[in-house]
Amino acid sequence: MHVAVCVKQIPDPSVAPRLDASFHLERTAKILLDEADAYGVELALQLVESAGQGQVTLVSMGRDSDVTGIRGALAMGATSAIVVSDEGLRGADALTTAKVLASVLAELNADLVLAATESSDGYTGTVPAQIAELLGLPALTFATTVQVADSTVTVHRQTEDGFDEVRAPLPAVVTVTAGAVEPRYANFKGIMAAKSKTIEVRSLNDLGLSALAQAWGEEVVGVTPSPSRQAGTTIVDDGQAVSALVDYLDSIKVL
Amino acid sequence: MTTLWVLCEPKGSGVSTTSLELVSEARRLDGDVTAVTWGDHDVATELGRHGVSTLWHLGSFADQLPAAPVAAALAALLADQDIDGIVIPASYDGRDIAGRLSARMDRPVLTNVTGLLVDGGLVTEHPLFGGTMNARARVTSPGVAIIVVRPKSFAIEDRGAGAATVIPAPTVSSTVAVASIVHSSITERSGPALEDASIVVSGGRGLGEASAYALVEELAQLLGAAPGASRAIVDAGWVPYAYQVGQTGKTVKPTLYIACGISGATQHLVGMKGAQHIVAINTDKDAPIFAIADFGIVGDAKAILPQLIAALRARV
Repeated sequence: MHVAVCVKQIPDPSVAPRLDASFHLERTAKILLDEADAYGVELALQLVESAGQGQVTLVSMGRDSDVTGIRGALAMGATSAIVVSDEGLRGADALTTAKVLASVLAELNADLVLAATESSDGYTGTVPAQIAELLGLPALTFATTVQVADSTVTVHRQTEDGFDEVRAPLPAVVTVTAGAVEPRYANFKGIMAAKSKTIEVRSLNDLGLSALAQAWGEEVVGVTPSPSRQAGTTIVDDGQAVSALVDYLDSIKVL
Repeated sequence: MTTLWVLCEPKGSGVSTTSLELVSEARRLDGDVTAVTWGDHDVATELGRHGVSTLWHLGSFADQLPAAPVAAALAALLADQDIDGIVIPASYDGRDIAGRLSARMDRPVLTNVTGLLVDGGLVTEHPLFGGTMNARARVTSPGVAIIVVRPKSFAIEDRGAGAATVIPAPTVSSTVAVASIVHSSITERSGPALEDASIVVSGGRGLGEASAYALVEELAQLLGAAPGASRAIVDAGWVPYAYQVGQTGKTVKPTLYIACGISGATQHLVGMKGAQHIVAINTDKDAPIFAIADFGIVGDAKAILPQLIAALRARV
């Protein structure tokens, strides 16, 4: 069984995000694998392990100057990685990202494509559905459990009121919520093995997609502070905080 | 004149609340609203009353995920229309439909939109960093803009108009394999509905352990509030998914939101930043939740909640 997992390296989420002059998210913070992606990697490893054989290929788009996060996923046990890195993709929109990832995925022809429901930095949440449409595949999204048997994938899909059990034939795209599985920690053996695993870097030109460079049809026209939502009073609990809180609740007339 | 179409998502025997919000906003921007829907229920009266004059019906698509067939039919329908944009509710199915429609029509998609304005063309507003900043964006290439709007961004207006005229859309067969819904399960919960409650008390990982969530429930009950949760503790299995507030959960807009042990990841903030008043209790003074809190306490929610509960009980 061949499982492809879409992963993304993002700036350390514990560092307050900032925008640069052209409204791009600053990527000066340490670059990490999006925590949301660890679940897809873990699930892929489990599916291949229970199938008895196969491989897990990581597919990513982003700068290749720091691949520590990708290396970490390889240390968990993924087989190899393909990273599309191109200056022409800086600030790319969701559809361009999907076209790039779909181009790599089409070539891999995996049985199953996994992704997180959304990235923790851009969180548009549309890339997996765009990939599925570009590849002509069904997509089972927001999965909280995933089972594969007899070339069919069955998931519990989160809904507004509970969950739906949803089924589709393979190949398919599945997006997993955090908590679908418990990601393993890379052990020493995995970390050592990851050092010699292949991370293949491709450019837009390599993929025959040069026309996509800086060619998306949307732009940010401005960013301004929101007047309606700024910080109010914050106090440190010294044992008296509750009475101050009760006073506050009184002042807004909710008691 | 800006022409916006609205995708209305079926829910129960009608359409989702967000669909009505989008219809109401489209009606404010453009006098004549065209909507598109699917499913087995007659929603022409409900949508007509809120200002829809023409309603395209794409098909039934029962017992399957609607994204692929809806996107296929909608793309074919929109190909012949000269409109500025289509607005789509930011729901589970809405996001999937928007993504597929974008790929199928080769058009960009603008997501997490909370405001629409016309300024030399259609401009969308997006909250950033938990709503402390607002970004404005627009589509730059000619053609339809696909816009995914978050729940509770606009007020619903009942215009008392007559039923919309329903037109069946041409049938388009999707070549994508069907994703079948085999079974649906509803999670029961007590108290007021999360989306409608005027007070919401939510708990997060800062509570320390699953059993501490009982404090959130106790406070909620005392205030007549709905209990909610961050994604972290839903994923950890402390409470069911139906309690989740945030990007992948419910969007709430209560009078008061009390966040207990929630750090305030963007994923959570987008679901509650519209609250009129926000109270936050968290041990980390640098937690992003404090940037949008009206009243914050740097402290341990597990220690503070019992004191608050006792103080409130002493008043009644």
